[in-house]
Amino acid sequence: MSTATQRLILRMADDELILAHRHSEWTGMGPLLEEDIAFSSIAQDKLGHAQALYQILHDQFEAPVPDAQAFGRNEATFTCCQFVELPNGEYDFSLVRHFLFDTAEYLRYGMLGKSTVEPLAKLARKVHGELKYHLYHAQTWIIQLSSQGTEESKARMQTALNEAWPYALGMFDPKDDDAALSADGVFPGEQALEDAWRASVADICAKATLVVPTDTAAMLGGRKGFHTEYLQPMLDEMTEVYRIDPSAEW
Amino acid sequence: MTRTDVLEALTHVMDPEIPTLSLVDMGVITGVTVAEDGSVRVTMTPTFVGCPAIDVMRSEAEAAVRAIGVEKVTVEVNFDEPWTTNRLTEHGRQMLLKHGLAPPEPFDTTVELHLDVLNNTACPYCGSRNTTMKSPFGPTLCRSLHYCNACQQAFEGFKPV
Repeated sequence: MSTATQRLILRMADDELILAHRHSEWTGMGPLLEEDIAFSSIAQDKLGHAQALYQILHDQFEAPVPDAQAFGRNEATFTCCQFVELPNGEYDFSLVRHFLFDTAEYLRYGMLGKSTVEPLAKLARKVHGELKYHLYHAQTWIIQLSSQGTEESKARMQTALNEAWPYALGMFDPKDDDAALSADGVFPGEQALEDAWRASVADICAKATLVVPTDTAAMLGGRKGFHTEYLQPMLDEMTEVYRIDPSAEW
Repeated sequence: MTRTDVLEALTHVMDPEIPTLSLVDMGVITGVTVAEDGSVRVTMTPTFVGCPAIDVMRSEAEAAVRAIGVEKVTVEVNFDEPWTTNRLTEHGRQMLLKHGLAPPEPFDTTVELHLDVLNNTACPYCGSRNTTMKSPFGPTLCRSLHYCNACQQAFEGFKPV
C-alpha cells in the first residue's frame, strides 16, 4: 500500500520521464538548430529530474532501482497524466505543452522546496534554478509567436492552446491526497498548485494576447493507469534496448 | 594524508566536458573529510541534476584520491549543498575564458535571478558587452549561446544558475 507521498513522487517522476522522451523526439528534427538544441537540453534535464525522483523512491520507499522503474514497468502501472503522452504533433503544440507543463513544474518545485520530506526538498531547491531556463524559453517563444508573431502563427498558438487545455488540467489530478499531503507539510496540494498555475498562465497569455480557454472536462485517468492509445507504442520504443537485457551494465 | 592533500589531488581532475576546468575550480566538491583511520570521504554535487558527466567525475575523483595512497575512499553525490555558478573559483573563471567560454556573472542568490543578465554577457574574445543571447541552451546543459555585435563572433557562455 503506497502512501500519499509515494504517489506524489511517482506521478511527478512518470510525468518527467514521459515528457522527456517526447521532447527528445525533436532531437535532429527541430524547426531550427537552436530549438533542436533547446528541446534536447530540456529533455535531458527532465530525464535527470525523473531519475533523481525514482532514486528517492528507491532510497526511501524500497522501490526498485531507477532504471527498473523507468523501463521495467507495464503501461497500467504508469501514473503520468495523459497530457505528457500525447504525440508532439506540430511545433506549436509541443511549444504550448512545454509552456503549460513547465509553468506548473516551476511552481511545483518552488512549493516543494519547503517540503518536510527532506530529500525531496533538497532536490526541489536545485531543480527550481534549472527550470528558470525552461520557463524563460517557453515564455519567450509563446510571446514571440503570438503578440509579436504573424496572424498565422498567432492563430496556430491559440488553436494549440485550446487543444492542450483539457489535457493540461489533468496535470493537477488527483486532489484526494491534498489534505494528507498538506497536513504533513509535504506539499500544499494539487488544488493550490492549479490555482497558482492559472494565475501565471493568464499573465503570460495576456502578454501574448492569447485567450485563456474556457474550461471543459479535464482529461483524467492517467494517474490511475488509464492511458491514451499513444503511451504503449512509445513505451515499446523507449524500453526496447532495456528489454533485450535488463541486467546489462552500461 | 590531510584534507589539503586530497583537495590538491582533486585539482587535477578535469570536467570531461570543459577540460580546462578542475572539479575544485568548478565548485562541485562540497566536502572532504579525512577520518582518524586515514579513510577519506568526498562529497560532490552535480552542476545540473541531469548532468551526464557526473558518474565519470565521481569515478575519476575516486581514482585521483586512491592515486595519492589513500586506500579507503568514498565519493558521494548529493544535493545537500546545491551547486550554483557562484561556487566557481576565480581561477575557474579564468580557465573558462581560456576555453573561450564566457564566465557566469556572480549574482545574489537571495533574490530571484533575472535572465535579462544573459543579454549583455561579456564576449570572451573582445570583452565587449554589446552582445545578444541567441539561446539559453547550448551544447551542454550548463551553456548558453551568444553573439558579439562588436567582434561579430558567436560564442558560448556558462549560464548563471
